[in-house]
Amino acid sequence: MTEKEGALLSAADLVGNRAGDDPDSSGRFGAFGGRFVPEALVPVLDEVAVAYEKAKSDPEFLREFDHLLRTYAGRPTTLTDVPRFSEHAGGARIILKREDLTHTGAHKINNVLGQALLTKRMGKTRVIAETGAGQHGVATATACALLGLECVIYMGEVDCDRQALNVARMKLLGASVVPVATGSRTLKDAINEAFRDWVASVDSTYYLFGTVAGPHPFPEIVRDFARIIGVEARRQILDLTGRLPDAVAAAVGGGSNAIGIFHAFIGDEGVALHGYEAGGHGLESGRHALTLTQGSVGVLHGSRTYVLQDDEGQTIESHSISAGLDYPGVGPEHAWLKDTGRASYHGITDTEAMEAFSLLSRAEGIIPAIESSHALAGALKLGRELGSEATILVNLSGRGDKDMGTAMKYFNL
Amino acid sequence: MTTLATVFAKARAENRAALVGYLPAGFPTKDGAVAAATAMVEAGCDVIEIGLPYSDPLMDGPTIQAAVHRSLVNGTRIADVMRTVEGVAATGAATLVMTYWNPIYVYGADRFARELASAGGVGTITPDLIPEEAGPWREASAAAGLDTVFLVAPSSPDERIAAVAECCTGFVYAASFMGITGARESIGSAAETLVKRTREHTSLPVCVGLGVGTGTQAAEVAGYADGVIVGSAFIRRLLDAPDEAAGLAGVRELGAELAAGARGR
Repeated sequence: MTEKEGALLSAADLVGNRAGDDPDSSGRFGAFGGRFVPEALVPVLDEVAVAYEKAKSDPEFLREFDHLLRTYAGRPTTLTDVPRFSEHAGGARIILKREDLTHTGAHKINNVLGQALLTKRMGKTRVIAETGAGQHGVATATACALLGLECVIYMGEVDCDRQALNVARMKLLGASVVPVATGSRTLKDAINEAFRDWVASVDSTYYLFGTVAGPHPFPEIVRDFARIIGVEARRQILDLTGRLPDAVAAAVGGGSNAIGIFHAFIGDEGVALHGYEAGGHGLESGRHALTLTQGSVGVLHGSRTYVLQDDEGQTIESHSISAGLDYPGVGPEHAWLKDTGRASYHGITDTEAMEAFSLLSRAEGIIPAIESSHALAGALKLGRELGSEATILVNLSGRGDKDMGTAMKYFNL
Repeated sequence: MTTLATVFAKARAENRAALVGYLPAGFPTKDGAVAAATAMVEAGCDVIEIGLPYSDPLMDGPTIQAAVHRSLVNGTRIADVMRTVEGVAATGAATLVMTYWNPIYVYGADRFARELASAGGVGTITPDLIPEEAGPWREASAAAGLDTVFLVAPSSPDERIAAVAECCTGFVYAASFMGITGARESIGSAAETLVKRTREHTSLPVCVGLGVGTGTQAAEVAGYADGVIVGSAFIRRLLDAPDEAAGLAGVRELGAELAAGARGR
């Protein structure tokens, strides 16, 4: 693949700079990551890891992925200056990376297309996935429709109710949606159920994991397929402003959009990386999803990372107005970035996120996803701290169409 | 305290398989668990696995999920698990804890191992701990004199069977099929094949679990394995019973049927 073909993606873009920010052979990022799964799943995880190792250096795979990103997902996505929104950020210049403009309306499509191509290469015919807000489920159902794969989506009953529109979208795309009635009936239980399916179906089935969490090799694979966000944004912001941004801001639930935009900047020491978690009703309320900022180290869904849990390791249910951030775990690479100090993580309450949601809509004519609104709210605070000379790149990870039901209730529209 | 080595030596001397029963602590109630496990021992279980209820049991099917959920609603804590172990060990059965890794990790491996040993427990089964991650727990267990049981599965290639068996003491747990816990219509041929393959890598006893729930199935498994492990079928008797006495009667009845099966009858 050469530049003159107009390709977005080179092998180096996909896999990163391999400069010490990659997991070791057991999938560990420092003390985090690894594999805490039934032995029955180890062979298929190895199979996925081997297939991915081959794919990522195969020009044919990169060409196919690149082709889909350009002609199907709508890449590259643009940067947008938001001067009227920035007035509320102490005059700092806020620039959005517009993942909301991708097909299906959120960054999730990047990872999903990569893993769906991997599924085909592995010769598997059936895909399973978990979803919270439904965005990963919709993206997965979309890729499966495109590539002719059978698709089963596990979704907590609570989430099926609050994201009914996305359930309908998945069904229209030909996927089966299985409501999960166990545990807290949300994302974490959907993941449990998907693993239960997988252990009984490994021969035919690929588990298309939706975020940078889970057992090795998922944190690495999902990171690499989401990495295009930051690779593009870094080039674009240099073109636009002539320099690197002072800070990059992203929302963090499981952490895939955040890793996607952070990763290309990890080696740039002058660029601060800020992740914003869902503060829900606030720290004191106990009803939040502040996994990195308030959780402790444990094991959830196959990976050692920060977890919202009690003193005996029982998972505590998270809460957020944003279903996509409503998860009591987080990707192990974020845990590692936090502990090494390379990135910092903060909480944004439901109220702060909804204010930013409203502000961007009115000031710029862009309705953001409530997930992304956490990053926007964070950027407003950060801008006031950094001052008017600062440039802040924000990952606008998705659009807010799916959130209209929530917005109607919240704002009495 | 009865050790696993003693159990399997005795079963071998009697030319039968050992019978291993599983029950979560705190189910059907905190005291009810000791009563039910005692009934299982009286009916013929040689080994009892006390389950540590965990919020995210991703290897378990609906029956064990339901029991674990009830146990957590009952407020079961690790101290209750230890008390249950103490009560069950007092019956003379070799008593293990079966648990996902996170509760031990967060509680502290050394502390958990010490407390389990002093409660009379003989070891643990950790279904989501694989050899690559098992080091700290093996060390803590060895220091406390506990056995460590890990799982092999039909999907395991020979080198992984060897690696898992290397980490095991007491016995090796062979998962009878690719799937989650829960009673099944029949035990497939995968279990026997796996037991044979496992024996090529270890002289430890090999026990078969997942999907075993009747005397006939127990007899079939006893034909090629050193132990028969039953969980969901016991729990099902307790879940379906109208009251505690009926539940205990159901457990005794099933235990006797399985024990006869383990004797090859």
